[in-house]
Amino acid sequence: MSHVLIAPVILPAVIGALIILWMRADLLLQRVFSIAGTAALLAVAIYLNVLAASGQVQVYRLGDWAAPFGIVLMLDRLSALMVALTATLALAVQLYAFGSGWDRKGWHFHALWQFQLMGVCGAFLTGDAFNLFVFFEVLLIASYGLMIHGGGPMRLRAGVQYIAYNLAGSTLFLVALGVLYAVTGTLNMADMAARVAVMPVEDTALLRTGAVLLMLVFAIKASLVPLHFWLPSTYANAPGPVAALFAVMTKVGVYAILRFYTLVFPQDTVIESVVMDLLLPAALFTLAIGQIGIMGTRNLGRLAAYAAIGSVGTLMIAVSQFTPQGTTAAIYYIIHSTLAGAALFLIVDMIGARRGDLWLRLDTVMPGNALIGAMFFVTAIAVVGMPPFSGFIGKLLVLDATRTAPQVVWIWATVLVSSLIAIYGMVRAGSLVFWKPYGLQERPVPHEPAPLPSRGRRIPTKLEPDEHIQDLGDAASPALAAVAVGALLAGIVALTVFAGPVTQFARATADQLHNPALYLHAVLEGQEGTK
Amino acid sequence: MELLLSSAIGMLTAAGIYLILRRRSFAVVLGTTMLSYAINLFLFSTGRLVVDRPPILQEGATAYTDPLPQALVLTAIVISFGMTAVTVMMALGAFLEGGDDRVDMPRADREPDLARSREDFRA
Repeated sequence: MSHVLIAPVILPAVIGALIILWMRADLLLQRVFSIAGTAALLAVAIYLNVLAASGQVQVYRLGDWAAPFGIVLMLDRLSALMVALTATLALAVQLYAFGSGWDRKGWHFHALWQFQLMGVCGAFLTGDAFNLFVFFEVLLIASYGLMIHGGGPMRLRAGVQYIAYNLAGSTLFLVALGVLYAVTGTLNMADMAARVAVMPVEDTALLRTGAVLLMLVFAIKASLVPLHFWLPSTYANAPGPVAALFAVMTKVGVYAILRFYTLVFPQDTVIESVVMDLLLPAALFTLAIGQIGIMGTRNLGRLAAYAAIGSVGTLMIAVSQFTPQGTTAAIYYIIHSTLAGAALFLIVDMIGARRGDLWLRLDTVMPGNALIGAMFFVTAIAVVGMPPFSGFIGKLLVLDATRTAPQVVWIWATVLVSSLIAIYGMVRAGSLVFWKPYGLQERPVPHEPAPLPSRGRRIPTKLEPDEHIQDLGDAASPALAAVAVGALLAGIVALTVFAGPVTQFARATADQLHNPALYLHAVLEGQEGTK
Repeated sequence: MELLLSSAIGMLTAAGIYLILRRRSFAVVLGTTMLSYAINLFLFSTGRLVVDRPPILQEGATAYTDPLPQALVLTAIVISFGMTAVTVMMALGAFLEGGDDRVDMPRADREPDLARSREDFRA
C-alpha cells in the first residue's frame, strides 16, 4: 500500500488551504506556490503512471479500514492517465492565466484552482461510490467560484443557472446512490460489482433503475443531449482559462460512465444492454447538436462550447460500444479532446483580449493576428478531426471500433456528415476573424486599438477584483500566454506523432477495464485483513 | 409509516421540481432546498425503516438499524447546507449586478447587437 496514491488529493488541498490562509493578498506568492504545486502534482501523476504500468490495480485504504467497510482509492491505468492529463492541462492553463492576467481579476483564483484539482483528481482515484459523490461536490463547489471569477452580470447569471442545474444533478446522484445501496447493501464499487454479479435476475428491477439514474447523473456532467443545456452559456461566459480547465470536467462524467459500466454493471449481464441502448442515440444527437452549434453560433465562446459538446458526442459513441476496441478509441479521444478543447478556449480568450468582445463579426485587424490565426487554424483542424492532427486519428479509431456494430450506418453517417458541418462552421469563424479584416476599407466603428503592454512597463502583481472584461493591456505577459497555448498544441502534435504507442497504452488500459475480476481481487481479496 | 414517509418524500420532490423550474432565482433556491429535504428522507429509508433500535451492534441487542444511511444523510445535509448558501450568494450577486432575479439568460447573451446597445445604455 503506497501512500503516494492519496497525494493527488492531499497536495492540492494543502496548497489551496495555505494560499487562502497565508497569502490571501499576495498574488506573487500565490502564483509561485500554486504553479509549483501543480507542477508537483504532475510529477506525482507521472509516478502514478509508472506504478500503474505494472498492470496491477493498486489499492489505498483510507484509515486502513478493510474494504468494503472503509473507503478505498483505486489506481489503475485509466485513473493514472486521467490524473496525469488533468495535471498537464492544469499546468499549461495556469501559466496562461498568469500570462494573460486573468488570475488578477478576482479573489482566490489560485486557491479555487487547487481545490478544483483536488476534486477532479479525487473523482478519478476513488473506488467508493459515495466518495465519488463527495469529490464531485468538491470539484463543483470550486468550479462555481472559478466560473464567476471576475464577475459581471452575464457571468453571474450564467453561474446561477450552472449551479441550479448541477444541484439538481447532485440530488439525482444521491437518489441513484440510495437506490443502489438499498439493493446491494454496499457503496464500495468493487464490492457492489461482486454483489450485482450474483444477484438473481428477478430481483434486479430496482437495480436497473439505479443504474439508469446513475447514468443520467454522469450524462449531466458529460453534457450529453438532452442534458447539455447548462454547458453553452456556462462555458461561453466563464473566463477563458477556467473554461479551458472545464474541458476536463466533462471528461469526469465520461470517466465515471466508463468506470461504472465496465466494473459494476458490465454489458450483457444483469442490466442487459439498457445503458448501451440509451447511450448510443444520446451520443449521436450530442455529436450532431454540437457540430451544428459550431456552425450556428454568433459568439466565439459559444463556438468553443459547442465544440466541447461535439467532442463528448464522438467520445460517447466509442464508449457506448463497451468493447475493448471502443474503449481504446475513447481513451485516445479523451486525451485528444481535452487538449484540443482547452486550446480552443484559450485561443478564443486571446482573440477576446485583443478585440474587446467575442462576437463573430467583422472588425479591424487585431494585434498578433498572424500568430493567433495560425494557432486557431491548427486547433480547428484538430477539433473537427481533419488530417494531419490527432483529431483525425481519434475519429478514425472511433469509426474503426464501430465497424461491426449493428447501427454502423447511423454512426458513420452522423460522424462524417457532422464533421463536414463543423468544418464549415470553423472555416466561417476563422475567415471572419482573421482574413476578412484585411479586406476592410473603413473601420465599421471608431475603435482605438487595445494598448499593448510596452516593454519595461511593469504590470503590478496586485489583485484587481471585479473586472469582468479582460484586455491585453492588463496581461502580465502575453508571450507566456501564447507559449502556454503553444504547449497544448505541442501536446496535440505529440499525440499525433506518437499515436502508435499511445494507442497501445490505451489498448492495455481498455483490456484492464474490461477485466473486472482484477479490481475485485485487488480490493476485496488482495489485501491483508479482508476475506 | 411507510405510507407517511413515501408520501412525504413524494410531495417534497414534487414541490421541489416545480419550484426549480420557475424563472425567479428565489423559487429555484427554495426548490433545491425542498429537493435536498426529500433526498435526506429518502436516504434514511434506504437502510430500511426501523424504529427504536440502536444504530450499532451491542451486547444483548437483537436488532439494529443500519448506521450507514445516517452517515450518508449527515454528509448530504452538510453539503446541501453549504450549497444553499452558495446559491443564495450567487443569486444575490446576479440580482445586484444584472438588475433582476430571473434565471434564464437574456437574449443579449446570444445576439451581438443587443449586447452593444446594452453596453451603450449602461455607459
